[in-house]
Amino acid sequence: MLRNLLNRFKSVPSCGFHTSPCLNEVQLLTRLRVVDNSEIGKRAMAEGKPPKIICVYNKKRIGYIGDRVMVAIKGQKKKGILVGLKQTQNVKVPKFDSNNVVLIDDNGTPLGTRIHVPIPTILRTILKEKTHAKGADYTKLLSIATRFV
Amino acid sequence: MSLVMRKSPIEYFNAAKWIIRRECRYLSNLPEVAENSEVVEDKPPKGRKPRFLNPTLQYRHVYPEFLPDPNPKFRNSLREKLERADMLKRRSQVDIPEFYVGTILAVTIADPHAQGKTNKFVGICIERKGCGLRAEFTLRNVIDHQGIEVRYELYDPTIQNIQVLRLEKRLDDKLFYLRDALPEYCTFPIDMDPEILPEGSPVPVNTVQVKLKPRPWLERWERQELKGVSNIEEHLKEKDRVRRELRKTPWEKFDLMKDYRKTIPIEDQTEIWGEVYNQLQQMRVSRKKMSKQRTFTAPKTQLG
Repeated sequence: MLRNLLNRFKSVPSCGFHTSPCLNEVQLLTRLRVVDNSEIGKRAMAEGKPPKIICVYNKKRIGYIGDRVMVAIKGQKKKGILVGLKQTQNVKVPKFDSNNVVLIDDNGTPLGTRIHVPIPTILRTILKEKTHAKGADYTKLLSIATRFV
Repeated sequence: MSLVMRKSPIEYFNAAKWIIRRECRYLSNLPEVAENSEVVEDKPPKGRKPRFLNPTLQYRHVYPEFLPDPNPKFRNSLREKLERADMLKRRSQVDIPEFYVGTILAVTIADPHAQGKTNKFVGICIERKGCGLRAEFTLRNVIDHQGIEVRYELYDPTIQNIQVLRLEKRLDDKLFYLRDALPEYCTFPIDMDPEILPEGSPVPVNTVQVKLKPRPWLERWERQELKGVSNIEEHLKEKDRVRRELRKTPWEKFDLMKDYRKTIPIEDQTEIWGEVYNQLQQMRVSRKKMSKQRTFTAPKTQLG
């Protein structure tokens, strides 16, 4: 009987490891969702081969909203801007159900002509700050957005 | 036979008393200990009625953020008092209505990033947390087939307006399972019209049971004893059912100490509500008057 009891206690799974929820960080090899209507992005999403991150252009190497990333998409290297994250955000910044990216070229011009999901308004300020007078102009992305939240 | 007859009413009474006590413990944020003493004081069931009608204690559902965090680590009576004063000041400036988890809200904030300098978001409240000035709530909506959640602080000075579009409760305390549910359960049009309840009616409980998408899920919903989900069993394997049985904690609802640590004692609550009750009631009355005036004038302008 004692053994039976002991067995019972043993069968209760012990929780010896850390069980805090995941951070949903956007980092190397994270799969993203292309939300503009660029040809390459549409085809990659339709084939079920979403782009992978191969570089996040900041010091921490963890992508936050408005960060520039390089993605591997259909065997090519493209640059993109993160426009929506799954991760818990600050107060009043929307949190999305997927990690969204908009593809751009080196000058900051988007490859597509339309973004078919809402874009957080805070991107206006973030992208304006990231744009330099003689460098790439990322604010072009805002003009192809259909809706802001 | 007679013994049985004599016994049974007492037993029934005891059982009823036990059930009532249980229920009001769940409804109230009050510990069992405080209630026990009261039950002993007034044995006839009629004597208990005034306590339910005591309006100050009903406010714990309407304004849960006025109650401090029950964790003694975070208690500080002076800070709590100052926070309550600040909350009342903020409430005198902006109308923060009564709402619950499951209520559909429209929040307008002053947004320096937006073009029109204001930003409106409509969604269902999926959680309320925090106390004092740090009280927060989260709204969820599906816009353009994309699920979006926004967290707001209740006493944020940038909030311009909070409008209740549909006042109702759901079966669960937190609606995080809407993230894994089919999108139609949390899709609300942005230009939704407010539905006005007749005055004095209780807050309706929406008993809709959502359907979950197939796995993978964000959490193990099967272990959380959710009432608002209908098709959870379809997606489970035998392994999950076994694990769920092993992980069950049926003794937890009888854990009085746990309940006590989670709640604010009745003595503290009466003190807090006594402090803020008058002002809250005044604000309510004045708001009601204002809204009546507004509803009275609105049809005139439409006709003209």
